[in-house]
Amino acid sequence: MALPAEKIEAFEPRITAFVCNWCTYTGADLAGTSRLQMDPNVRIIRLPCTGRIDPLFVIKAFERGADGVIVSGCHPADCHYTSGNYHARRRFAVFNEILGFLGVEPERLTFSWVSASEGQKWREVVNDATARARRLGPFDAFRALAGRSA
Amino acid sequence: MARIGVFVCHCGENIGRTVDCARVAEELGKLPGVAHAIDYKYMCSDPGQALIKQAIAEKKLTGVVVAACSPHMHEKTFRRACGSAGLNPFLCEMANVREHCSWIHEDRDAATDKAVDLARFIVEKVKRNVPLETIRIPVTKRALVIGGGIAGIQAALDLADGGAEVILVEKEPSIGGHMSQLSETFPTLDCSQCILTPRMVEVYQHPNIKLMAYSEVAEVGGYIGNFDVKIRQKARYVDAANCNGCGACQKACIVRKVPSEFDEKLGKRTAIYVPFPQAVPNIPVIDRASCAYFKAKAKGVKKDACGKCKEACSKGAIDYEQADTFVTEKVGAIVVATGYTLYSIGKDQPEGLRGYGEYGYGTIPDVIDGLQFERLASASGPTAGKILRPSDGKEPKRIVFLQCVGSRDPAKGIEYCSKICCMYVAKHTMLYRHKVHDGQATVFYMDIRANGKGYDEFVRRAIEEDGARYVRGRVSRMYRDGETIKVQGFDTLSGEPVVIDADMVVLATAIRPQPGIEQLAQKLSASYDAHGFFNEAHPKLRPVETNTAGVYLAGACQAPRDIPDSVAMASAAAAKILGLFSKAELEREPTVAKVDAALCAGCFHCERVCPYGAITRIEVRDRKGNLVKIVAEVNPGVCQGCGTCQATCPSKSVELQGFTDEQIWSEINALLA
Repeated sequence: MALPAEKIEAFEPRITAFVCNWCTYTGADLAGTSRLQMDPNVRIIRLPCTGRIDPLFVIKAFERGADGVIVSGCHPADCHYTSGNYHARRRFAVFNEILGFLGVEPERLTFSWVSASEGQKWREVVNDATARARRLGPFDAFRALAGRSA
Repeated sequence: MARIGVFVCHCGENIGRTVDCARVAEELGKLPGVAHAIDYKYMCSDPGQALIKQAIAEKKLTGVVVAACSPHMHEKTFRRACGSAGLNPFLCEMANVREHCSWIHEDRDAATDKAVDLARFIVEKVKRNVPLETIRIPVTKRALVIGGGIAGIQAALDLADGGAEVILVEKEPSIGGHMSQLSETFPTLDCSQCILTPRMVEVYQHPNIKLMAYSEVAEVGGYIGNFDVKIRQKARYVDAANCNGCGACQKACIVRKVPSEFDEKLGKRTAIYVPFPQAVPNIPVIDRASCAYFKAKAKGVKKDACGKCKEACSKGAIDYEQADTFVTEKVGAIVVATGYTLYSIGKDQPEGLRGYGEYGYGTIPDVIDGLQFERLASASGPTAGKILRPSDGKEPKRIVFLQCVGSRDPAKGIEYCSKICCMYVAKHTMLYRHKVHDGQATVFYMDIRANGKGYDEFVRRAIEEDGARYVRGRVSRMYRDGETIKVQGFDTLSGEPVVIDADMVVLATAIRPQPGIEQLAQKLSASYDAHGFFNEAHPKLRPVETNTAGVYLAGACQAPRDIPDSVAMASAAAAKILGLFSKAELEREPTVAKVDAALCAGCFHCERVCPYGAITRIEVRDRKGNLVKIVAEVNPGVCQGCGTCQATCPSKSVELQGFTDEQIWSEINALLA
């Protein structure tokens, strides 16, 4: 249910990013220090590790008005806590499968690895996720269910 | 009701240029629970911090949010400021409106909206923050050093000289490691034994060092400052307390042709042996697999079992009944210095590696490796320092040296450079020429990596003064042709194939970690790379630490290292540990997981996912002492605060302090203004 072109222009998606403190958060810091301009639609919530990210956070974010969600942490084998990202990877592999069942287009959820040295990659992740959410239009299925209008 | 103070920083113009800081403060000031919201040019400056401290006192703030740079930059600064004003430091958090906002956006309205959002989330979080107390843990001021090569010896001596007690565990009968096998060392050509053996003796005699040779680490429990290490002392079958090292047992031993490990199988030893004459401790061990007594006993022969060494020993130190013993030691820190092993070109390879069929899989007798050449060149070696080839004992007049055998060869499974080979091959060509004046050394190389102090000059000397012939290229095949070995290669500089007749070939085979290193790493909860080398905590800034607090690295267990590097790492690790031991108690950030025993159902999913083994099982009993249930408990000394347990817990009974569900949920709930 992609939006027509003129509506895509006007719609500013809201994206929530759950990122780990050591790789992606620091990578996003590097993007800042490098003054890499990117879409202003992403709001970062900092967690120690992707292993800490409960899939319920993602569902809650969609319910609370997010049109897209990014989950990002250290590359495999780079986890500050040795293996938290592996647990996250498994968890989100399963979670991706049930996302459609929940009524969320799977493309609204971006799972990526961004290391502390990949400011450039973080910008790509942010811009891609924003563009995807923009194309898909506002996500209000959950709020409609809850009886609230967006 | 919360009374949060919000402090918006302009960071000069860094934030103020794109974010309307006054508007951020104004918007935040309207939020319920925000008692105070201001903006200021430089929040991290002294006057800026004074504003925060003043507001804490005057407005009776229950929490502080600083909207400024990344918390990686100044979280500590602001938490300290809050602490000094009497507010628990963990009630202060930062919203990152510089790196994550003003620096990456140009549109002032959009950036300001985003800054308001980011600060809002953190305000909601801080409302749910609770005071946390720094965790203090006692420190046992003893260190364990695993591995008695040059790195372990250096670490042990530095620690012991610094006043710490040290337990040095070595799996071989003697300390000394690979360095004790070397003939002379680059780039000075000083005799390896001459510089090493005094250090070995020093270890043995140091009042602060307890040397446990012929021992292995069996189990490691506990955490930084408080490790419990179970050490297996392998049975020597010789009573160390009675043995005076006279050597009569070895003279009496009837099994005299066991290939010597120390001489890399080029020499022979007896079944009861010390690896080399300068061994420390100078106490023999019986090699059960080759001993005539044990062989006879295994066959069930009662009478006439050998027993010659026992007869020869005037001290009665031989004890065939000795068994492995276990001791548990408490230590506060651990240095891993397990060193390396050489890759072998044979057919049998560990997973992921391949041997060299084109070089005969190690079946050509006069194709040897670098350590074997060291033994040939060593005055204490099987040939007493004469370069003689293993097959017929003749002096080789033409030696070919091959660099990068295995190393830098993804096809064989090792992509990394082994670092020391360029140098020791140059050294070998020099030693060879010094001993065989009319001999010709030819070296096949890919590149020369001689990047240490005096290293390039050394290689140059080998070529210019000692006549080593360097051919840039690889060897594709070698095979026996009568008494000579045909070495077929390609000279990439002239662009022509070359065939060289050699009497002996020395392979500079790749440096690999010691076998069994994965198991040791798992005991220590330390991580290792795809090749089995230990991972350092940070490749640049924390090169001798692991990600497990209290476990340090020295030498070639972390990557191929030469002697100066290994020694530098060992001293660095010792300095780190002495720093750790200089405090009476360790302080740790209290952002660790905590279990609510009332909610915990005892499924122990947390135990399975915890990377640190921080979860223990405890019994919950009622007043009569009946067992109610077994629940999980987090050891705050071991927990590093990743929170994987919390995301895994089905009953949500474990909470990561500082990142509780309530805190994260309230951040998410703040998404919609």
